[in-house]
Amino acid sequence: MDLTLSPTEKAFRDEVRGWLADNSAGPEPGGDDDASFPWRRQWQERLAAGGWSGVNWPSEHGGRGATVTESAIFFEELARAGEPLPANVLGLLLAGPTIMTWGTPAQQQRYLAPILTAAEIWCQGFSEPDAGSDLAALKTRAVKEGDEWVISGQKVWTSAAQHSKWCMLLARSDPDARKHQGITYFLMDMEQDGVEIVPLRQITGEAHFNELFLDGARVPDENVLGGSGNGWKVAMTTLMNERSGLAFFHQVRMRQLLESLLEAASERERLGDPAVAQRLGELDARIELLRLTAYRGLTSLERNGQPGPESAVTKLMWSSTNQMLTQLAVDLLGPEALAAGNGWAYELLRARGNSIEGGTTEILKSIAAERVLGLPRAR
Amino acid sequence: MNFGLSDEQQEIKRTAHDLLEQRSGFGQVRAAAERGAYDPALWREMSELGWAGIAVEERFGGLGLGYVEAAVLVEEAGAALAGSPLLATLSAAAVLGAAGSEEQRAAWLPRLASGEATAALGFAAEGVAVPVPEAHEADLVVLVEDGRAALFVPAELIVAPFETIDPTRRYARVSVVPGSGEPLPGDPAPALDGAAVLLAAELLGVSDRALAMTVDYVKERRQFEIPIGAFQAVGHRCAEMLVATEGARSATYFAGWAADADPQQRARAAALAAATASDAAREVTAAAIQAHGGIGFTWEADVHWLYKRAQLGAALLGGSGRYRLTLASLLHPDLAAAA
Repeated sequence: MDLTLSPTEKAFRDEVRGWLADNSAGPEPGGDDDASFPWRRQWQERLAAGGWSGVNWPSEHGGRGATVTESAIFFEELARAGEPLPANVLGLLLAGPTIMTWGTPAQQQRYLAPILTAAEIWCQGFSEPDAGSDLAALKTRAVKEGDEWVISGQKVWTSAAQHSKWCMLLARSDPDARKHQGITYFLMDMEQDGVEIVPLRQITGEAHFNELFLDGARVPDENVLGGSGNGWKVAMTTLMNERSGLAFFHQVRMRQLLESLLEAASERERLGDPAVAQRLGELDARIELLRLTAYRGLTSLERNGQPGPESAVTKLMWSSTNQMLTQLAVDLLGPEALAAGNGWAYELLRARGNSIEGGTTEILKSIAAERVLGLPRAR
Repeated sequence: MNFGLSDEQQEIKRTAHDLLEQRSGFGQVRAAAERGAYDPALWREMSELGWAGIAVEERFGGLGLGYVEAAVLVEEAGAALAGSPLLATLSAAAVLGAAGSEEQRAAWLPRLASGEATAALGFAAEGVAVPVPEAHEADLVVLVEDGRAALFVPAELIVAPFETIDPTRRYARVSVVPGSGEPLPGDPAPALDGAAVLLAAELLGVSDRALAMTVDYVKERRQFEIPIGAFQAVGHRCAEMLVATEGARSATYFAGWAADADPQQRARAAALAAATASDAAREVTAAAIQAHGGIGFTWEADVHWLYKRAQLGAALLGGSGRYRLTLASLLHPDLAAAA
């Protein structure tokens, strides 16, 4: 066991730090998401020019070929430097790796490079109003007409849809096949008449997510990924893809949030109470545990080629810890932290989504019970 | 960066697991608890394998390994609730090794490393320490009071049994004959952090065993025509036990590594391990009783031994609250005053 960085890892970290010290996205433009997205897009162009877009992509596809640990280091340093995630994060972490696994050489040639530069933004068309945790219950239809597929249905929780060129779309191509068998994974052009994007307002007030209404949208046959009827397997690649990079980014952000809370609470002289000290000690412990468990997970992945039990628990740990932290912030700072427009108020509300998005806590517990502990399928 | 056990460490853990599975099943644990005495042959076997001296310097007859190796042994012994003075002797030897004079170390460490003598570690206030595991049979008792340590032999102590709800281990109330004992010249603090890590490792083993027993039970037990593990409430509870146990594992292995290799992080890591492992062990063993339903509440079903050891271990650590205050005091200067 050695919890220090190896010389190669240190050199990588120093290189990332050095580049970030000289390159910054600059201050986030105020206002809504519409101002923020171009800012993150320009930031990604800068990352790409510096060779930092797609750090974990193999070099033959234009990436840096970083190890899982280096990828984690990159995302930690990005957060530490206070820089934003690249705009095309879904393309970089989900679409790209899925196309690398399942795509034909022609598809890889066509789609991968523009992901790296953010020239083409990607969104995800998976969940539907009646197909959330039970994704295989999806009903969006794909009907073959000549050498095209005609898509009709509805998707929900599609972030960045309004900025996206392409969509990872799951649709039912064979309604007579069994639930998981009749699904096809399409690469759908968002810029067509049959695609209507409607913003979806969250409890935080803004609309980062969207609904997609698909009515006669068309996808050429060459945009089927992984073969007709094979969509569920391809989707599993997307869903299970190594998102450790993002996890490391989130943890560092949580540590920064805690530090920011300490400063705010100190200014208001709220740190003298032992009961408060207990709760802060608890949070410190949980945030540290999350970091340690995520790092343990990297070792499992590097040694065994697959994730160990750690991956089942880290998302659960992250969401509950962030909810605890944001609640404590309100407790320490009082009603001013609930004022409209207050940053802590936003974090409190946004945190409610953490235990739902990317796999609900209930589903993740069932996955841990079934796949890690080997318990019988849940009822 | 490599957060896994080395091949040698895994081998030590595997050997311990296999030995203890055979020599410390619940039948043997129950027998030892009811008899009120350990099986001396088990300690002899542990000593022959070098466990007593795992972290004692080679020049004193030990194996010269570190806290990570000691932790995996203690973890397996905890999982098996093995009746032996292993944890107590390792902890006391660590304090002696860190804070004792050369003469004190030379006088005692070789005998402790061979298993010929055993030791106990206690925390005293005004010359009284309770509960002290294994003090009744110890050849050497190390007591810490106000941050300073001292050595005592049996003649210098009044040792009375302290019966607890955990009969799988012998605890004692120890009081010092006034004016006796030999102070250790050095600072015991680093080794006390190490002792906390070992206790956390034992609690990790207890949690792991409780989870394993629970998983086996809920796969077998059928109600409403299906295994009860298929009910979400049951499966989810097991998932929560997994989260708690894996959290304790991360913290404990990190703290063991820091105790060996990173003095700057040692105190914080030990506090993290102590807080996490205490809470995890109590929650996981309580959840294990619950998951076993009615039989979980019986003496015969053996789940209770783990719950009781978890309670005593957490109490010996002084309660997780104390460690959270330590962590808080390291977070911000204003919190140091509150902690």
